[in-house]
Amino acid sequence: MIIGITARAEGTSAPVEQRFGRAPYFVFVDTETGKSESIKNPLVDAAGGVGPRAVQMLAEHGATVVITGQVGGNAAKALEAGGIKAYAYRGSGSVADALAEHTAGNLQPLPLA
Amino acid sequence: MKIAIASGKGGTGKSTVAANLAFTLARSREVALVDCDVEEPNLHLFFPGSAVDIPVTTPVPEVDLARCTFCGECGKFCRFGALSVIKDRVILFPELCHSCGGCSLVCPQGAVGEVPRTVGRVACSCPLPALTLISGVLNEGEVQAPAVIRAAKLLAQGHPLTLYDASPGIACPVIETLEGSDACVLVTESTPFGLHDLRLAAEVAERVGIPAGVVINRSDGQDEATLDFCRERGLPVLMTIPFSREIAAVQNRGGLICRDLPGWEDRFAALFDGIVKIAGVSR
Ligand code: SF4
Ligand code: SF4
Repeated sequence: MIIGITARAEGTSAPVEQRFGRAPYFVFVDTETGKSESIKNPLVDAAGGVGPRAVQMLAEHGATVVITGQVGGNAAKALEAGGIKAYAYRGSGSVADALAEHTAGNLQPLPLA
Repeated sequence: MKIAIASGKGGTGKSTVAANLAFTLARSREVALVDCDVEEPNLHLFFPGSAVDIPVTTPVPEVDLARCTFCGECGKFCRFGALSVIKDRVILFPELCHSCGGCSLVCPQGAVGEVPRTVGRVACSCPLPALTLISGVLNEGEVQAPAVIRAAKLLAQGHPLTLYDASPGIACPVIETLEGSDACVLVTESTPFGLHDLRLAAEVAERVGIPAGVVINRSDGQDEATLDFCRERGLPVLMTIPFSREIAAVQNRGGLICRDLPGWEDRFAALFDGIVKIAGVSR
């Protein structure tokens, strides 16, 4: 399973970003191999409609689960349509911390449209 | 002749100037007044009456799923996020679509067609024998203000004298309104903020290439900074409306100063003469 986490920088020790579509980085972690890949978000400065575009990008990277702070209505609709689950991490920890919380089953699913 | 009335920001009295000018001119000739402030049209408040509505539609994409291979090209192209391809679904957010038509161009399968979608309406009325009021109204949550403005301007075509009331600010709806105008009236207030917004508005008029003049509204008599700016830029000050309780009272009850206060009809007629002069075209 590939999990996409919104982050402020590259790597799993980067702090989690609360914004979804405008997160500076997306960190993708493959839970089977433990490998991670960081992608700089090209949409940070986009004018609008970043939510659905970010979802398409996540789907292209094979993510089936997303961990972030919050998602907007359009992003939620796109996640729902793509069958991608979203979980809320509201803490100030790192990507690795958020993953640990998720594995422990402590994260609440974000309500989707 | 087409005259646009604009301002760098809202609340400067732009609509007041447009409504009074239209009322004054309609005494002696046919006038079309077009409310291009489609996100918040308010000229109809000055001229109550029944209106005929015409819907405004724009094309949005429709994907033929029998042809679509879910390659994702359309979603990657759309910079407004109106289209996302997620696995085997194409999700459309029609209210984000700007009808650029790009998605149908990039689709390698020719799977993207177009369907019309209503984004607003144009309300048309004749509040005075010689006055036609055309108000563009953008539906809430829609992004296609320029499409509604275009429709409203189209409906006014053929009128020999047309006034456009632009939306406040300097974004693309204002440019859409200014396009094709012969002259532009910039309404401002003589405050430091007012001057800042006037400077931006003047730049827009200059960029679009339309001769402009200035109306100073709610003047407290201390307009030096504004006057200096206008002199520097070669912008004639066409009219100054002082701040007065009397004027404020008329405006607060939605009245027209050219109708309700003596002397103002002449002053708005003089404003028109000034505009004709800067436009350099015959009336
Ligand atoms: S570009 Fe055409 S084929 Fe590709 S996903 Fe979009 S509609 Fe389908
Ligand atoms: S027409 Fe343009 S704005 Fe609308 S969905 Fe297609 S690419 Fe996006």
